[in-house]
Amino acid sequence: MFKEIEHTADYAIKVWGADLSELFVDAAHGMNALTGGEPDRPEISREIALEAADPETLLVAWLEELAFLMEVEGEMYSHFEVLALTHTALWIRARGGLATRVDKLIKAVTFHNLAIRESKGTYETTIVFDV
Amino acid sequence: MVTRNDFRQLSDWVWEVPPSFREDMRVPARLFTSSEMLNSILGDKTAEQLINMTTLPGAVGWAAAMPDAHQGYGFCIGGVLATKLPDGIISPGGVGYDINCGVRLLRSELRQEEIAPHLSTLMTSIDQYCPSGVGRAGRTRVTDRELDRLLAQGAKWALEKGYARQDDLEYTESGGRLPGADPSKLSPRAKKRGLTQVGSLGAGNHFVEVDVVEEIFDEAVAEAFGLSTGLIVVQIHSGSRGLGHQVASDYVRRFQQAVIKYDIRLPDRELVCAPLNSREGADYFGAMCAAANYAFANRQLLTHQVRQSFEKTLSPHTRRFDLHQVYDIAHNIAKVETHSVEGQRIKLCVHRKGATRAFGPSIPESVLSTDDDLPAAYRSIGQPVLVPGSMGTASWVLVGTESSMQQSFGSCCHGAGRTMSRTKAKKTVWGSDLRTQLEADGIVVRAGSMASLAEEAPVAYKDVDAVVDIVHSAGLARKVARLRPLGVMKG
Repeated sequence: MFKEIEHTADYAIKVWGADLSELFVDAAHGMNALTGGEPDRPEISREIALEAADPETLLVAWLEELAFLMEVEGEMYSHFEVLALTHTALWIRARGGLATRVDKLIKAVTFHNLAIRESKGTYETTIVFDV
Repeated sequence: MVTRNDFRQLSDWVWEVPPSFREDMRVPARLFTSSEMLNSILGDKTAEQLINMTTLPGAVGWAAAMPDAHQGYGFCIGGVLATKLPDGIISPGGVGYDINCGVRLLRSELRQEEIAPHLSTLMTSIDQYCPSGVGRAGRTRVTDRELDRLLAQGAKWALEKGYARQDDLEYTESGGRLPGADPSKLSPRAKKRGLTQVGSLGAGNHFVEVDVVEEIFDEAVAEAFGLSTGLIVVQIHSGSRGLGHQVASDYVRRFQQAVIKYDIRLPDRELVCAPLNSREGADYFGAMCAAANYAFANRQLLTHQVRQSFEKTLSPHTRRFDLHQVYDIAHNIAKVETHSVEGQRIKLCVHRKGATRAFGPSIPESVLSTDDDLPAAYRSIGQPVLVPGSMGTASWVLVGTESSMQQSFGSCCHGAGRTMSRTKAKKTVWGSDLRTQLEADGIVVRAGSMASLAEEAPVAYKDVDAVVDIVHSAGLARKVARLRPLGVMKG
């Protein structure tokens, strides 16, 4: 689950998940929603493997990977299967297609006040994007 | 939560939060603003972000925010921070993701009445010659090897390729080339993003705008800048595109570990930094300078393309279609400069994030390195300070002052500054309505996306005239000319 929240200059979303996997997947859906775009027929599949020093850096690396694929390859991913996820490593299968109707590119995923919090079985975080 | 009571008023235009406000502050935080605008600035997290800037190691004097300041991430937008070298820090978040985003001003030889019949055709031509909008590639393709040359040479690369004139480089900050550039410090991803985007405008608030000089406030300086009432001028606002964004992202991520290594405690992870004389700091500086050179080259290619538009549209009607460069300035950058601090001349790393240089006249030679000097024609006058307004509103040409060197490390505002979120702007304004309104006001609009247009609605920004009144009154820069928009092209 995600919700867009107010930011004077850029975009921000708050994301909730029952576990870390859901948080990562919904963060991707939230970022996709900010762009206004959607993939055409989901014909492209990629396996993405990333490592980072901590969960927040891993989350930024994951979203940056998707933003890079959108800008450089014109690809957008909408279906995700988390194959493995720890606090420092992510292995995920993503399915999508060529991005259509995009009216906003994500320039960057920031670390601004970024912290993944877990409380009563729910993970949540707020992510600010430079647009 | 920072409140008005936490500030002490130092003068009509300067408000300070002392270091006693928070344990981790190393220097004061100074806000250049009016009593009225202070309330608006306190409406978001600008003041908190300004205070966070003061915690960075090596900070000297005070962290400053210009009157167009607004909430960003890490540094506030409109923030200026100087750190003492050799071991003061450099922070990628203090430069921002669009490294060397900046503004270029070109002056034409034409008056408003001469261009009026051709304005619509001209804006369509600019739209065709200058690729803009989401994901649009540039008109120029470069090879990997060419890109490395471009990154090392900046606008000089464009000169060698026939996209620039010697005058263009002379009238560009740092001559359009930062000598510290090290293309080997960019990731393959950064270079891949840069390969196809040379000569493209981008989206968001980037634009090409045709303006008329509406009013002159300082005849002598305006004459030196080649400006007079009724003259047509062009502003180009763009930066280092995806290449710069990737450089910033790469180093913000890498510096997450550097702060652990150098035991730097921060209130926000976006403020990550490293001593400039460390390996990490030097690597970022080399990469940032290369990205800045990409931006200088990019604005130079856009200049070339705008010149082509003017020639194509106007050559059947006049021989006076040429455009001459007034100046080009960066407003997202970190530079090594020499300044006076507590009576001593010391080398600093000056971060300007959403702030421009505003160097005054009669600067001692030691302030600037020889390849970073003002053009000879401006040396006794001061540096042009370009302040674009929000879409459809006025823009300003100012001139830097000696006083700015003492007050803000030679820095000034970079625009109007947002007051409303993009989300709220889109809910408040329909892009198509805005376009109709702008055209009713006589402004020709070429925009790729109506949603993007709505986000940039004037209602989402502060009043640029009020912002400029403050910097003028505070002595950070002096008014020279006010520009009124006639045509705007954005992505």
